[in-house]
Formats: sequence, C-alpha cells, structure tokens
Amino acid sequence: MSDYWNANWPTMLEDMQQHLTIVLSALGAALIIAVIVILLCLHHERWLSGLTYFFSLLYSIPSFAFFALLLPLSGLGMRTAIIVLTLYAEYVLLRSFITGIQGVDPQLVEVASGMGMTSRQTFWKVQFPLALPAIFSGLQVALASTMAMATIVATINAGGLGQLLFEGLQGQQVVPILWGTILTMVLTLGCAGILWLIERACTHRWRRVLKA
Amino acid sequence: MTEATIQFKHVQKRFGDNLVLPDLSFQIKRGEFVTILGTSGSGKTTTLKMINGLWQPSAGEILIDGKNINQLDLVKLRRHMGYVVQQIGLFPHMTIAQNIAVVPKLLQWDQARINARVEELLKLVQLDPNEYANRYPTQLSGGQQQRVGVARALATNPSYVLFDEPFGALDALTREELQGEIKQIHESLTDKTFMFVTHDINEALFLGQRVMVMHQGRIEQFASPAEIVRHPATPFVKKLLGTVRQNQELWREQDE
Amino acid sequence: MLAQIIQYFQLNSGQYWHYVGQHLGLTIAALAISMVIALPLGYLGSQIKFVASFCVAFAQVLRIIPSLALLFLLIPFIGTGFVPALIALVVLALPPLLINTILGFNEVSPLYQEVGTALGMDQQQLRRQIEIPLALPYILNGIKLALVEIIASATLATYIGAGGLGTLIFTGLGLYDMTYVVIGALSVAFLSLLAMLGFDFLIRKVRTYDRSNYSI
Repeated sequence: MSDYWNANWPTMLEDMQQHLTIVLSALGAALIIAVIVILLCLHHERWLSGLTYFFSLLYSIPSFAFFALLLPLSGLGMRTAIIVLTLYAEYVLLRSFITGIQGVDPQLVEVASGMGMTSRQTFWKVQFPLALPAIFSGLQVALASTMAMATIVATINAGGLGQLLFEGLQGQQVVPILWGTILTMVLTLGCAGILWLIERACTHRWRRVLKA
Repeated sequence: MTEATIQFKHVQKRFGDNLVLPDLSFQIKRGEFVTILGTSGSGKTTTLKMINGLWQPSAGEILIDGKNINQLDLVKLRRHMGYVVQQIGLFPHMTIAQNIAVVPKLLQWDQARINARVEELLKLVQLDPNEYANRYPTQLSGGQQQRVGVARALATNPSYVLFDEPFGALDALTREELQGEIKQIHESLTDKTFMFVTHDINEALFLGQRVMVMHQGRIEQFASPAEIVRHPATPFVKKLLGTVRQNQELWREQDE
Repeated sequence: MLAQIIQYFQLNSGQYWHYVGQHLGLTIAALAISMVIALPLGYLGSQIKFVASFCVAFAQVLRIIPSLALLFLLIPFIGTGFVPALIALVVLALPPLLINTILGFNEVSPLYQEVGTALGMDQQQLRRQIEIPLALPYILNGIKLALVEIIASATLATYIGAGGLGTLIFTGLGLYDMTYVVIGALSVAFLSLLAMLGFDFLIRKVRTYDRSNYSI
C-alpha cells in the first residue's frame, strides 16, 4: 500500500483535487438552483411537487447511462460530469429542503403572520431557521452520494478518484482499488466534518438551549 | 340481587416506582352502566385497561364472572369485550365495514352474517350503511368516526363494553348527541355491562347508573348519581360538585 | 443516428435481447435475495433496538463507499462474472430495504396495536392484519429505491464481466460509437423509469385509504 503511495502520490493528489473540484462544483450549483427554485415556488406547492417528481425521475436514471447520454450534447470531460452530478444532487436537496420547510409547525407560521410578518419575513425569520437541520442533513446525503457517484466520471475522461479504481481493474491489482476507495471515503468524511462544523455554527445556540 | 360480574379484590398497580393504584376493590353487577369519574392521574384508565387485561395488576385479584382473569384466555376474553377509546383508533387501511367486521372475522363468521351485522350496527349508530360502509375512516368527521368506533365495539354482541373517554375529543353538541345515543343503546340491549371512563362530571352523572369517583388511585365514592349529589362522601367529591354549581349560579344570574 | 440505431436492431437484435435478459436476470435475482435478507431483519430491527442501530450503522458506512468500488473490490476474492456482481448488488440493495422496513414498522402507531389487542387479536393476527398493511407503503418505497439502485449498479456490472446493458455503453465508449452508447443508456434509463413509475403506482394503490376527501 505505502509503496504504491510513494510511487504515485503526485497523480493521486491530482486525482483527489479533480474529484473535489467536480463534487464541490456540482453541489454548489445544485445548492444555488435549489434555493432559487424554493424561493420562486414557495407559494406554488403544485409546481414544487411537480418539479421534485421530475427530478426524482432524473434521479432514477442510472448515472453511468446518464453520463453516456449527455456525451453527444456536451462531450467528454468535466463539464458533462458536473452537469449530471448537479442534476442528481438537485433531487436530494430539493426533497430535503421541502420536507424541512413543510415540517415547520404550521402554528408557528400562523403566529408569525399573525404578528404582522410578511410572507418573505416569515420565510427568513421562522421557516428557514427552523428548517436548517433538515437542510443540512439533505446536504450531507447529497455530499455522500455525489462523492460516490463521482468515481464513475472516470469513464467519460473527467478524471477523479475513479481513475484509481479503473487502473486497478485493468491491472488486476487490488492496491489501487483500495486506495481509490479509501481516498474517496476520506474526502467524503472530511467534507462531511466541515459541513457539520458549519451546521453547528449556524444552529448551535438554540439547539443547545433546546436540549437543556 | 345478581352477583358481581366484574370484581376487583385489593388490586394494586405500579409502573416502576410510581404507585398508581394502592389498593382498589369494587364490584360491578351484570347489566350495569358504571361511569368512572376522575381527573388525569386518578388511575381511572389504568383500572379500565386491567379489565380487558391490557395491563396486569401488580398485586390483588381481578375476577370476571367469578374466574380469575389470569386463568382466562385473554385473546378470547377480549373478543367478547368491546373497547372504545378517545383516539377512536379506527384502522386507517380498512373501510368502515371492514373495521366493524374485524372481530366477527376473527371469530370466523360467514360473510353473509357479517354483512347483515355491519348493516344492522351502522343503523344502530345512525349512519346510513349505503353511504358509509365502503368509505375509509379519514373520510368521516370525528363524531361519525366515533359512531363507527362504538359499532365496532358492539359487533359481536359482547357482554361488556369498555369506554375510555370516548367523547373527550368531540365538540359539545356532537358529544351530547352521542351520550344520548349510548344511553339509549344500553337501555335497548339487555344484560350489557358498560364501563365508561370520563373526566366530565356532567357526562358521568348523566350516563352512569352508578358513578365511581376516583382520586389519586382511590375510590372517593361509588354510588348512584342522585346519592352522590345529595350526599357527597368526601371533600373531594364536594369540590367536584362545586364546579358544576358554579356554572349553575352563572346561569341563574343570567336569568334574574 | 436514428438510421444507425435501426440498423443495429436489424443486425443485432439477438445480442440486444441477450443483454436485456442478463440485466433483468441479475436485477431480479439481486432484488429477491436482498429482500429475503432485509425484510425479516428490518422487522426485527423495529422490535429490537440493537438490531436497528446495527442496520443504520451498516447503511451509513455503505453510503460513503462508492458502488463502483464495492463491485471492483470483490474481484480479487471471488473473481469476475455473475456471482460477484450479484453479491455486490445484494449488498448495495440492503440499506434502502432495511431503513424503510424499520421506518415502516416504527411508524405504525401504538394506538392501533393497543386497539387490535383489545379487540382480541393475537400476535400473528396483529402482524398480518394491522402492522404489515400499515407498514406496506414504506416497505414498497424501500423496494423501489433498492430496485433503482440495483438497476443502476447492474449497468456497471459489465466491468466485472457480468454482461448486461452496460456492455453496450462500455463498448460504445471504447469505440466512441454513440449508437451503442445511446441504445444502452436509453434502455437502462427506460428500465429504471419503468420500475420507478410502476412502484409509485403500486404505492398509490396501496394507500387508497389515505386520500381523504372529507372536508368541512
């Protein structure tokens, strides 16, 4: 294992960096789209559930097939990879955001508007903060699945840690496969940890009070 | 005098360190309509749930028709003991007809007999069988759901029916209507023993042939409504009656 | 492109159906085995807390292992072909089945269990008439997610020599011939959508009772 690392660490680090770039770009794009969609459709539940169902259908398409299908349109490489991963993450994010916001006690929303808040104020001051835990758990799920799925983008020449897996497959060697797996997990856990710290910074005050 | 059909002998019930019933003894006669009146934490629901063996006593004996409940087959016993609860508990995945037919099906009645019984019961609780039999519980109002709950409890013509605050969650008008019907049903069916738990003193006095007033796991008084009103046995009963009188005084002021 | 696709089917429809057959065979076998393992285990998990935490931990770990890696990691131990692919797919299908089965049984309100008992149901009747029907929509959802996962990962199984529709994509990518890629990808996407829509329909059907139209 360590021999392999010593011989190949520059490429492996490069693979990791590619992997991270792809995943973070996809998640960032998905997050921005999700926020826009939620804000636009906040009062059109029908659109929202229709849109979510549409994304759930996209989500059910096997990623390998999805990458392949986009090839004629956007070619080999990172761009296709990021587009597809964004679409997958979109469903996870939308679904968890919606459940989070709908999970807020309707009485609180009613009280808020009863106190004279506009619907925008109600959203930012009541619904959004209370939905934060659900939003973060959605981000965690999206992170893990995108990280795992991003290994497949090696098939369309988009780089990433999947290259190690395929290298091992072609050379019938277990070491690169193990390295690919371990590094993907390390990246996932590292990012999950950072996300968890951000979540704590955003919500720790009232949650600690809640627990007391 | 008919002999006791339900008998508690020095029954004690504790949940962990919490002694809910220290020492409870009473007798219920066949065909009686008994209401158990008490505040939350008085042990009234605990008492009821020991009659159909949902909970076992920690000490003491419960006799049903002279036999210790421990020696009875509980599953068999419960099929002949109706049970109505405040949350109604109609099974959401079954239609109204299927809900009422649960126990007859357990007893393997034939379908024709079940259908006839469902229709008869729906009429008894004032629901049109043609309209309601094939609906699902969520398609009914709370009052209608509880009518079905009562019908389900009566399905196999049981000798006992246990009610656990069945009308507690209904609005005042629906509650009054259903109280009248329950009383009428008890009068129309002979030899049915009804045990009815409530925290509503008016309901307890209106429905019960005898009222058992419970407080902190003990029986404060167990007597007919008239007796309780005329001779409240303890300060607690007096205080309870006082709450009714308060309202009456309010009405009297309005009249003057 | 369309002409080429038609031409492929004229010349190679036997090969195409062979791949479809492989894909379906692998999928159905993996789903059946994983259900046999996960449904009873999930029910147990809803009763015993320890089993539930074990299942959840297992699902969490599996979530961060790429499915591709799981498929490849078995090769050194049991080689390539149908069986290693089947094992990997079964493992991948377990988490959604376990989690949703546990969730389904936990969602059954204790009220219905109490009322069922009070009406004189024994353990088995309670399970058959109340718990399983009420948990069914969740279980079906778990099966749907597992099926979608299996179909997706079975596409990758071509890399470890288990054939299937992924082979068309793989070949197409190798030759940079989009005809193969499109045929393979569209077929898999179609299978997956079919599974998804079919199960959504089934779940809606099972939940007819939930569509309350009482309003006042």
